[in-house]
Amino acid sequence: MNFSEVFKLSSLLCKFSPDGKYLASCVQYRLVVRDVNTLQILQLYTCLDQIQHIEWSADSLFILCAMYKRGLVQVWSLEQPEWHCKIDEGSAGLVASCWSPDGRHILNTTEFHLRITVWSLCTKSVSYIKYPKACLQGITFTRDGRYMALAERRDCKDYVSIFVCSDWQLLRHFDTDTQDLTGIEWAPNGCVLAVWDTCLEYKILLYSLDGRLLSAYSAYEWSLGIKSVAWSPSSQFLAVGSYDGKVRILNHVTWKMITEFGHPATINNPKTVVYKEAQKSPQLGLGCLSFPPPGAGAGPLPSSESKFSLQTLKPVTDRANPKIGIGMLAFSPDSYFLATRNDNTPNAVWVWDIQKLRLFAVLEQLSPVRTFQWDPQQPRLAICTGGSRLYLWSPAGCMSVQVPGEGDFAVLSLCWHLSGDSMALLSKDHVCLCFLETEAAVSTACRQLGGHT
Amino acid sequence: MGDWMTVTDRGLSSESKSISQYTSEIKMSPSSLYSQQVLCSSIPLSKNVHSFFSAFCTEDNIEQSVSYLDQELTTFGFPSLYEESKGKETKRELNIVAVLNCMNELLVLQRKNLLAQENVETQNLKLGSDMDHLQSCYSKLKEQLETSRREMIGLQERDRQLQCKNRNLHQLLKNEKDEVQKLQNIIASRATQYNHDMKRKEREYNKLKERLHQLVMNKKDKKIAMDILNYVGRADGKRGSWRTGKTEARNEDEMYKILLNDYEYRQKQILMENAELKKVLQQMKKEMISLLSPQKKKPRERVDDSTGTVISDVEEDAGELSRESMWDLSCETVREQLTNSIRKQWRILKSHVEKLDNQVSKVHLEGFNDEDVISRQDHEQETEKLELEIQQCKEMIKTQQQLLQQQLATACDDDTTSLLRDCYLLEEKERLKEEWSLFKEQKKNFERERRSFTEAAIRLGLERKAFEEERASWLKQQFLNMTTFDHQNSENVKLFSAFSGSSDRDNLTVHSRQPQKKPHSVSNGSPVCMSKLTKSLPASPSTSDFCQTRSCISEHSSINVLNITPEEIKPNQVGGECTNQKWSVASRPGSQEGCYSGCSLTYTNSHVEKDDLP
Repeated sequence: MNFSEVFKLSSLLCKFSPDGKYLASCVQYRLVVRDVNTLQILQLYTCLDQIQHIEWSADSLFILCAMYKRGLVQVWSLEQPEWHCKIDEGSAGLVASCWSPDGRHILNTTEFHLRITVWSLCTKSVSYIKYPKACLQGITFTRDGRYMALAERRDCKDYVSIFVCSDWQLLRHFDTDTQDLTGIEWAPNGCVLAVWDTCLEYKILLYSLDGRLLSAYSAYEWSLGIKSVAWSPSSQFLAVGSYDGKVRILNHVTWKMITEFGHPATINNPKTVVYKEAQKSPQLGLGCLSFPPPGAGAGPLPSSESKFSLQTLKPVTDRANPKIGIGMLAFSPDSYFLATRNDNTPNAVWVWDIQKLRLFAVLEQLSPVRTFQWDPQQPRLAICTGGSRLYLWSPAGCMSVQVPGEGDFAVLSLCWHLSGDSMALLSKDHVCLCFLETEAAVSTACRQLGGHT
Repeated sequence: MGDWMTVTDRGLSSESKSISQYTSEIKMSPSSLYSQQVLCSSIPLSKNVHSFFSAFCTEDNIEQSVSYLDQELTTFGFPSLYEESKGKETKRELNIVAVLNCMNELLVLQRKNLLAQENVETQNLKLGSDMDHLQSCYSKLKEQLETSRREMIGLQERDRQLQCKNRNLHQLLKNEKDEVQKLQNIIASRATQYNHDMKRKEREYNKLKERLHQLVMNKKDKKIAMDILNYVGRADGKRGSWRTGKTEARNEDEMYKILLNDYEYRQKQILMENAELKKVLQQMKKEMISLLSPQKKKPRERVDDSTGTVISDVEEDAGELSRESMWDLSCETVREQLTNSIRKQWRILKSHVEKLDNQVSKVHLEGFNDEDVISRQDHEQETEKLELEIQQCKEMIKTQQQLLQQQLATACDDDTTSLLRDCYLLEEKERLKEEWSLFKEQKKNFERERRSFTEAAIRLGLERKAFEEERASWLKQQFLNMTTFDHQNSENVKLFSAFSGSSDRDNLTVHSRQPQKKPHSVSNGSPVCMSKLTKSLPASPSTSDFCQTRSCISEHSSINVLNITPEEIKPNQVGGECTNQKWSVASRPGSQEGCYSGCSLTYTNSHVEKDDLP
C-alpha cells in the first residue's frame, strides 16, 4: 500500500470522474483536475466564488461547480478548457444542483423548494418543475438514466412524479400513502421505487415503474421508524435500518421481511469475528500493518472471548434526531455483505453475511466511525473514523493503516476509485491518494511526482 | 367384704369400739391392704399402733388379748396360737412356738409391707415427677398455643393489611390505566390537532411560497439566466425532438418494455429455479423409490393397512417416472399428483424409519435374547452333560489314584519289597505325573470340545432358522403337490398300522432336525424315477449331504442314533424299492414332527420300520 503526496483541498470536495481517469478537487474557488494515474494537473478552473458542491457529468466531460451562496452554477468542460457556462438562479436562490444522467441537463433546486429548474446545455430551453418536496432524498434517477422520480408535495399530500429524462416528459404522477414522505430510491434495476415515510412512522412503500403500488411494509407502530434504506446491487434485497436498532431485509418477490438483524451491545455468537482496535504506543512512519502482525501497533484484534460487549452511547432522547438506530448501511458490490452502523454504538461497524443471513464480523474502533464505503470491485470495506488511520476489512481479515505525512492526517471521508485500486482520503483541507495493490501504478505515480516536484 | 364385716363384728364383742373400728378400718380386705396402706398416711398409723399397743394388753387381760389375737390371726390364716386341745372342756394352752412363728411371719410381712410401701412411695414420687413434667409440658404447650394464636392473629392482621394494600394498589392501577387511557386520548387528540395545525401551516406556507414564486418569477428577473459559450451536442449525438403525443406514446411503450423485460428476466430466473427444484425433487423421488422398492416384499408380509396402497403407489410412480417429460409441460396438472405421491412415499419412508428405530430400540432392550433362547438352552444342557462327563472322569482318576495307592500300600506291607519301595515309588510318581498331565490334556480337550459345542449350538440355532424357512417353503410346495402323494399314502398307511408301536422318539427328532435336501425327489410319484434315484444315491450329493448333516447333528444327539446312520446307509446302497422309498423319505424335510399331514407321518414310520428290518 502506498500513499501519494497530499494536496490541498477545501470543503471535502474531491471526486473521481465516472470513467475513472480524472480526479477533481476544489481549493477555495479553484477547481483542479488531475490525472488519476500520474496525479498531474490537467486543468485548473477558477470559479466566481468558493465552491460548495461539485459533480461530474455521467460522461466525465463536464464538471458542475455550485456556489449556493451566490445562487450560481458554473460548468466546465474537460475537452474544451475555454468553454464555459454559468447559470444564475437570481433571487430565487439555490439549494441544490445536480446533473441529469445524460450529462446535458442541470437540475437546480431553488430556495424554499419553490421549483426545480432544468437547464439544458444542448438547447436554450429551460423547464420548471413545481412543488418539489423539501426532503432528504427527493430526487432519484434510475441507474440506466432513463427515468427520474421526484417527490412532490401539493395540498398537504405527497406525490411522486416519474419523468422521462430524455425529454423531461411526465410519465406518471401518483400520490403516495405517506404522512410526510422522507425519501425515495430506485432499485438498481430501475423497475421498483422505494418510498419511505418520515421517521415518526415506520412505513415503506414499493411502487412499480408504472405507478402501481407493489407492496407496503410496516414493522411496528408508535415509535420512531425508518432511518436509512439501501437496495442491494442485485435489486434482490431492500435493507431498511430503523430507530429500533434493527435492519430488516425485504425480498423482491413477496416484499416481505426475510430476516431482521438486531444490533445488540453484546455479541454472544462465537462464530462472529470481533475486531477491536487496541490503543498502543503511537507508531510513526509509513507502512501497512496487515493483520495479524506480531507486535504491531494499534490494530484491530479479534477477541477470543465468547461474549463481547460494545461501547454504547446513552442517547439523549429529548432532542431531535437522537443518536440511535441504524444510520448507515451499505451493500457490498456483489450483494454478499451488508455493512451497518448503529448510531448508539458509533464505534462499531457490523458486517452481515447476506447469503447466510447472519452476523459475520464486528469492527470496533477507538473513535466513532465517520464513513465507510465498499470497494466497487470486491467485498472490501474501507472505514475512516476521523483519525489518522484507514481501516480495511475483507472476509479474510482486517487491517489498519497509518496515513503518512507531517502531523496527523485526519481522514474525515474517503471515496474509492472505480477500479478499486486506489482511493482518495479526505481530511479537513488535504487530500491524499492511497494506492492499494497495483505496484506498477504506484511506481509510475511516484516517479511522476518526483519528476514534477 | 361381707365376711370381714362379720369378723369385725365378732371381734367387737368385748373390745372398745375405737379398736374395732380401727381394725376394721385397716383390715377391710386383704387384697386392699396395700392400697389402703398406701392411701393412708403412714405416720398417723404408726402412732395409732403405738398407742394401741400400750393399751391393748395389761396384766389383767392377757388371756383375752391372747384369744383375741388368736382369733384375729386365725382369721388371717395363721395357725392357731393355742395347742390342739384334747378335749372341749379343757383349757387350751398357749403355744409359744406358734406365737413366735406368727410373730416372725408378721414381722416378715411387716418388712415386706414396708418394702412394698417404699416401692410404692418411690413410684408415687416418680409419678409425681411425671405429673409435674406433664404439667410443665402442658403449660408450655399452652404457652405455645397462646403464642401461635397470637401469631396467627398477627398474620391475619398482616394479611388484612396486605389485602388492603392490594386493594389500594388495584385501585391505583385502575387509576393509572385510566390515566394512560386519558393520556392516550390526549395524545391522539394532540396528534390530530398537530396534523391539523401542520396542514394549516403548510397551507399558509404553500400560499407564501406561491406568493414568493409569483413575486420572484413575475418580476422578470434579469439575473435568472444561463450564460453559455456555445451549446453542446447531445450525449447520444441525436437532436432534440419535439414533445408530441407520439413521444408520449413512445415513452409509455418504452416504460412497459422495460417493465416487461424485468418481468421476463424474473420469470426466467424463477423458471430456472423451478427447474432446479424439480430436478432435485425428481432425484429425491427416484432415490425414494429405489430405497423403498427393496422393501416391497417385506411390507407385503406385514399385515399393514397402508402397505397395499403403498405398493401400488410405488408401482404407479415407477410408471410415472417414464413420463418425466410430462413434468415440463405444466406444473399445474402434475403438481397435485406429484406432491401426493411424494407425500405418500415420504410417509412410508417415515414409518419405515420409525419402525427401524423401534426395532433398534427393541434390540437394545432385549439384547440378543431373541434368537439365542433355544440355542442357549441346548447349550446349557450340553454343558451340563460335559460337566457330568468331566466329573465322571475325575472320579475315575480318583479311583485309579486310590487303587494305585492301595497297591503301594500293599507293597509297603511286604517287607521284602520294602527295599524296592523307594525306587518303585519314584517310578510310580513319574508315571502318575505323566498320567496327570494326560488327564490334564484330556480336560483341556474336554474344555475345547465344550467351546466348540457352544459354537456349534449357535450355528445350529441359525441353521434351524434357515431350515424352518426352508421347511415353510417346502410345505407350500408339498401342499401344491399333495395330489401326487396320495397314492403313496394309501400304501404307507398300512405299514404305519403294522409298526405303530415301535416308533422311536429319538429317530423322530433326528429326522426333524435334518434340513431338507431334495424335496423334488419325493414330489415325483412314479416308481421308475425312484429306482433311478436310488441307483445314483451313493454318488448323489443328497446322501453325502445327509451324512454330513447327520454327523453334524451327532454332536447333539445321542450316540445310538449315530450308530444307526451307517447301518442305514448300508441297506440303502444294497436296498430294494422299499428302502429307496424310505430313504427318499428320510432325506425329506416333510417327515418331521409327524403332525402336518398323514403322509408325513407315514414316512417317518416307514423309516422306523427300516430300522427294525436289519
